[in-house]
Amino acid sequence: MKAAVIVFPGSNCDRDIEVALTQSMGRPPLMVWHRDDSFPSVDLIVVPGGFSYGDYLRAGAMAANSPAMAETKRRADAGVAVLGICNGFQILAESRLLPGVLMRNATLRFICRDVHLRVEESRPPFTGNYRKGQVIRIPIAHHDGNYFADHETLARIEGEGRVAFRYTDQCGKPTARANPNGSSANIAGIVNEAGNVLGMMPHPERLADQALSGTDGRAMFDGLVEAFG
Amino acid sequence: MAAEVPPPPEIATSHGLTAEEYANVLEILGREPNLTELGIFSVMWSEHCSYKSSRKWLRRLPTEAPWVICGPGENAGVIDIGDGLAAVFKMESHNHPSFIEPYQGAATGVGGILRDVFTMGARPVANLNALRFGSPNHPKTRHLVSGVVAGIGGYGNCVGVPTVGGSCDFDESYDGNILVNAMTVGIAAKDRIFYAKATGVGNPVVYVGSKTGRDGIHGATMASAEFDQEADAKRPTVQVGDPFTEKLLIEACLELMAEDAIIGIQDMGAAGLTSSSFEMASKGGVGVELDLDRVPVREEAMTAYEIMLSESQERMLMVLKPGKEDIARRIFEKWELDFAIIGRLTDSGRMVLRHNGKTVADLPIDPLADAAPVYHRPRAPAQPRPVVEPGDVAPPEDVMESLKALLGTADLCSKRWIWEQYDHMVMADTVAQPGGDAAIVRIHGSHRGLALTTDCTPRYCGADAATGAAQAVAEAWRNLTAVGARPLAITDNLNFGNPERPEIMGQFADAVEGMGEACLALDFPVVSGNVSFYNETNGKGILPTPVIGGVGLIDDLARTATLALSAVGQSLVLVGATAGHLGCSAYLKEIEGRGDGAPPPVDLACERRNGDFVRAEIVAGRITICHDLSDGGLLVAVAEMALAGGIGATLSVPDGAPAAHAWLFGEDQARYLMATDDAEGLVERAGAALVPVAVIGTTGGESLTVTGSGTISLAQLSESHEGWLPAYMGDA
Repeated sequence: MKAAVIVFPGSNCDRDIEVALTQSMGRPPLMVWHRDDSFPSVDLIVVPGGFSYGDYLRAGAMAANSPAMAETKRRADAGVAVLGICNGFQILAESRLLPGVLMRNATLRFICRDVHLRVEESRPPFTGNYRKGQVIRIPIAHHDGNYFADHETLARIEGEGRVAFRYTDQCGKPTARANPNGSSANIAGIVNEAGNVLGMMPHPERLADQALSGTDGRAMFDGLVEAFG
Repeated sequence: MAAEVPPPPEIATSHGLTAEEYANVLEILGREPNLTELGIFSVMWSEHCSYKSSRKWLRRLPTEAPWVICGPGENAGVIDIGDGLAAVFKMESHNHPSFIEPYQGAATGVGGILRDVFTMGARPVANLNALRFGSPNHPKTRHLVSGVVAGIGGYGNCVGVPTVGGSCDFDESYDGNILVNAMTVGIAAKDRIFYAKATGVGNPVVYVGSKTGRDGIHGATMASAEFDQEADAKRPTVQVGDPFTEKLLIEACLELMAEDAIIGIQDMGAAGLTSSSFEMASKGGVGVELDLDRVPVREEAMTAYEIMLSESQERMLMVLKPGKEDIARRIFEKWELDFAIIGRLTDSGRMVLRHNGKTVADLPIDPLADAAPVYHRPRAPAQPRPVVEPGDVAPPEDVMESLKALLGTADLCSKRWIWEQYDHMVMADTVAQPGGDAAIVRIHGSHRGLALTTDCTPRYCGADAATGAAQAVAEAWRNLTAVGARPLAITDNLNFGNPERPEIMGQFADAVEGMGEACLALDFPVVSGNVSFYNETNGKGILPTPVIGGVGLIDDLARTATLALSAVGQSLVLVGATAGHLGCSAYLKEIEGRGDGAPPPVDLACERRNGDFVRAEIVAGRITICHDLSDGGLLVAVAEMALAGGIGATLSVPDGAPAAHAWLFGEDQARYLMATDDAEGLVERAGAALVPVAVIGTTGGESLTVTGSGTISLAQLSESHEGWLPAYMGDA
């Protein structure tokens, strides 16, 4: 697999995803500066977490209009896999690669903690290495992770099986208490219609290393490597 | 002496200069200063910048060890951590601004300390803090907690440096003067440390970062005066932070530092361009010419006075090697930051400032930077307090209810509500999260780690500043030891009242002496620090609060300890002797409503012996569960271990112990609690090391039992422990 990570001014999880990808791929991904509108052909583009452009205006709004994102959009439309984590999910939503918006957390506070997620679909390239219904533990760290979409959109993404992860308790129940940020239907991550673009608020790259007390995130990166060889 | 000095003009007094200081200005210059020059003298000689009341005492602190690369006097301290790497760290206060404007005050406190660390060439890898708020019943406290926590998070989360630990206590002495102390730890290549020293006549002086505005003018002077009812009127002197720019500045500076381009570099912190330029020039023994028309400004018609005294954030001053201007400019332009060559070094020994084509200041550098006043302020002796004996304190009606109450007090409750607002995992190297004895951050790309903690028990310091300060050092050392780290060095943040009052100066001097003794005995030198005086409102000082930030090294992350119980049927082994010292204890304060008595004595030889034994057990891989005993004593420690692991325990008061409540709640020092399958072996090895140990109970079940005193479920304890802060902050 060949992978690229887009780096914006204010990205701060770019190194973390670089380390996690390198661990699964056996070689480092390409780091692409936000001003680059052309970069070598890759199997996977990652839009990392952080505070691109300081999250000024609206989280992800300015990054969505960067040259590197214009190119990422073209490639996503052509079927290249795109993974947006945290601020990356916000950028994909602002880019209209994914439906819905990420609003301020219902508590109005930044939240950093491990949460439980239920894997809603076991489907390559992103979640093929998880079982459908599997409950995994992954950290979140965000101020604006409250996923919102109108009823029609929600019904469509639910109907098409496009919810990738849902916040649940440790038994896999999507309770109100297990919803850390007020997201509609406890949604933590969704894919696009074609299934090649995933946006998720939790950080799988932060729990892909035994020394950090868990490896539930690693299956995603290993699965991507298996899917693309 | 004072009588012979003519009264200074009103303008000098309003700049905080005393009559003697103004007379000294006249003597140095041989003429009257203009307004810009007066402003520069005022900030350079402020307590905040000159340490004029504390310097003579600080010189007594031990600052050396074979692993110390750079001690106090630079932007931050530097220690050798092996493998060609160095840890760079410092703690600094932002107390006054945070009281006036909690979000921005705390946020810019984090920004400032981050700059102190990356200006030395280190990538910041962890932030910590020590917070002290007023009584929970004070009408302002909730607002201040909310704002300070959001500000620390807002800044640290955005720059992408994890906030991994800290402490937070409440006491009415902080009602009008909260403490916000922020600490940053960075890692650098040991042979690539950058210092704030300007050398090489003719070399360019370069300004990078944000533009200069009118914010924060006279922040350093504000931090050197007491508060009164007019405190809120000082809001315009609080700066506004931009963590996004700081993140860019970190990346741009580290990128430039990888080139061979920088001679000296210093962040523009308190007193902005003035102190950074004077300090760099003074250290290098050179003169400076600055053209203030070239300073990037964000407001029109700024005067030289305003440009020199602005405390706008996210700015750095550098001296470059000749010919490296273009490389540097390209890097800062890539990161979309301002870059301007604003002057050059000269051999005149003078600071010459030009603005609008005119010379607006011409000052000798050394008399300002080096010859700042040093005060030998009078010091009142401490009044020792009597020791409270166990028999002086009535036993509680219900031990387990007292435990539950203690765990739900403002000081001892879980601070999860706070640290979950901090990104404590970004950089993916946080091995031990907040809530334990010390945070552990992996040294990136290795199996080694740094252990980090901040500590101080102000109620001990209020009773006896020397013992309290020694205890703060010992507790930092113990917290690092309890996770298996070798304690290496400390940074300190000494928060006190008005040093012009002899009893405050007495507290300060006693505290420095107590700290010094502990540092010496524990081989735990001070490598950086900050003094914050004038923490008082309307003449009432805070409890003396010498906060200690400790750094330790872990050689193998597979050999560490955590406090969470993890197996049933293990023995609980208490390390250290228990006399049942209840004076100044959390129990006495919270259950009996008493604050009397001497604090627990600190026996440094015993501290060292017990700690070295504990660390050896952890490093040998024999112990993986360990907790330091501190506030609340033994029973609170057991409860914390049980709650962290979700496994209960049963304890029995051993024969020969003091009265049960003194044994359970006493705060004797130099103690640890461990859980092990091999109590016999542990007891034997402790005996050989002359370390007192006792097997006091076993793990298991879903409740905590003290034989003869009752039982309480972990669920009830957890509700009390986790519930207080969210309920107080209004989202239970």
